[in-house]
Amino acid sequence: MAYSDKLLDHFKNPRNVGTLDKSDKKVGTGLVGAPECGDVMRLQIQVNEEGLIEDAKFKTFGCGSAIASSSLATEWLKGKSVDEALAIDNMALVEELALPPVKIHCSVLAEDAIKSAIKDYQEKNGLEVTVVMNEHH
Amino acid sequence: MSKDRLIYLDNNATTPTDPRVVDAMLPFFYENPGNAASRNHPFGWKAEEAVDYAREQIANLIKVDSKEIIFTSGATEADNLAIKGVFEMYARKGNHIITLKTEHKAVLDACKKVEKMGGEVTYLDVDREGLVNLADLEAAIKDNTILVSIMWANNETGVIQPMKEIGAICEKHGVLFMSDATQVVGKIPVDPKAVGVHLMAFTAHKMYGPKGVGALFVNRKKPRVKVTAQMDGGGHERGMRSGTLNVPGIVGFGKAAEIAAKEMDQDMARLSKLRDKLENSLVSSLEEVYINGSVEHRMPHVTNLSFKHVEGEGLMMTFNQNMAVSSGSACTSASLEPSYVLIALGLGDDLAHSSIRFSLGRFTKEEDVDYAIEALQKGVTHMRDLSPIWEMYKEGIDLESIEWSAH
Repeated sequence: MAYSDKLLDHFKNPRNVGTLDKSDKKVGTGLVGAPECGDVMRLQIQVNEEGLIEDAKFKTFGCGSAIASSSLATEWLKGKSVDEALAIDNMALVEELALPPVKIHCSVLAEDAIKSAIKDYQEKNGLEVTVVMNEHH
Repeated sequence: MSKDRLIYLDNNATTPTDPRVVDAMLPFFYENPGNAASRNHPFGWKAEEAVDYAREQIANLIKVDSKEIIFTSGATEADNLAIKGVFEMYARKGNHIITLKTEHKAVLDACKKVEKMGGEVTYLDVDREGLVNLADLEAAIKDNTILVSIMWANNETGVIQPMKEIGAICEKHGVLFMSDATQVVGKIPVDPKAVGVHLMAFTAHKMYGPKGVGALFVNRKKPRVKVTAQMDGGGHERGMRSGTLNVPGIVGFGKAAEIAAKEMDQDMARLSKLRDKLENSLVSSLEEVYINGSVEHRMPHVTNLSFKHVEGEGLMMTFNQNMAVSSGSACTSASLEPSYVLIALGLGDDLAHSSIRFSLGRFTKEEDVDYAIEALQKGVTHMRDLSPIWEMYKEGIDLESIEWSAH
């Protein structure tokens, strides 16, 4: 199974790796997946007073597709409003990285991580929670 | 470093065909095209003579009579023939088979088929080292037990079972003993008669021979073992396996056996040193590396390591443009389940996902191992820098205390 150049680039040179202060009110943290399942993503957003995502960081335990999906997701998040971020669909990640069918779950996990981070941010700031988490088996 | 050459450390999956084997095979494609079953012309005689010679070469390697070698298409077919063939042939004696949870799928799936055909199968656990518990084995034998099927050594961990002790238990209870010896024949000394193995499956392509040819050893005297054919046709191979013999493949198999008999000792000595160098370097230079399976009862060219909090397939992606190994990670399997072999050893799913198997071979050079050490050190560091659970672990957070969102 050969991976796309874009995927390999995100895997080898992942963008926005790191950790934001999760006690900061401006920061929303999403931690999804499980070690037993072979993938865990932690994705964090930092939202400024205008409601724009000014920073995003991730760390991922998982295969190359999971790492590339979360790296690309952080790139896309920066500069977006929370509502725009909520509109990011996993299939867009699939297309951009040319993920093979067996790796689609990696993109779903990245979408979940985005939603979970936004939900955390909204709850922390007493905002209305507009996130609808995906139902999984 | 040898970036221009792909490094192959996946010899338990398959081995390169030794060029000496290829040379032996070539005349049997065009110059000598005969069917070994053609009894009435020189083409057939020549082919039959070549097959007989190969049968001797293989019999010599495992110290059996050449009449006890039944050629098949590979070890999977030989496993199927042994298990289903014994089940059918000994139906009047009983219908119970005992095997291990860590067997290859060729054995496990043949056993499942036996269950569908009305048989009864006991799948024994192994201990943390990957070894069978002999008391459990003996306790599992019943009046209707006809066969014990236990692999000589495991493909994922290289762990070697106590064959002599198992053979003695089978002998004591009058039960046939079959072994999938795919990983060991040609690699370490294998003498089925000395340990009481009555049926043994193995294949050419794991011992520097060609793919597509294997064999089943079937004991002919004390006891005389018979199996019901699973392939019907011309009655080749003493009626146990019909089908035109793969003459070039068999010739190559024979040559591979002859070379193995001569060179096994030096290969074992050289490879165990290289394996130890690889293993010791990684265990000492990286944190939280675990060796999976017994280190005492293990093949000399194999090591299976788990790199904690690093996912195996991701780790492989850091070097797989240049080097081949394999992983027990779910992401490398079609089923999305991590290795059932490692799970049977009591590893958590997380460590099974983090495992890499290195299997060295006759053509592995020391510089390949040096490359592997460096590639793994870099790869594991890269993956841990990216890993949230490694970060939590370093911060002293108990990962068990976290409510993970399984998906």
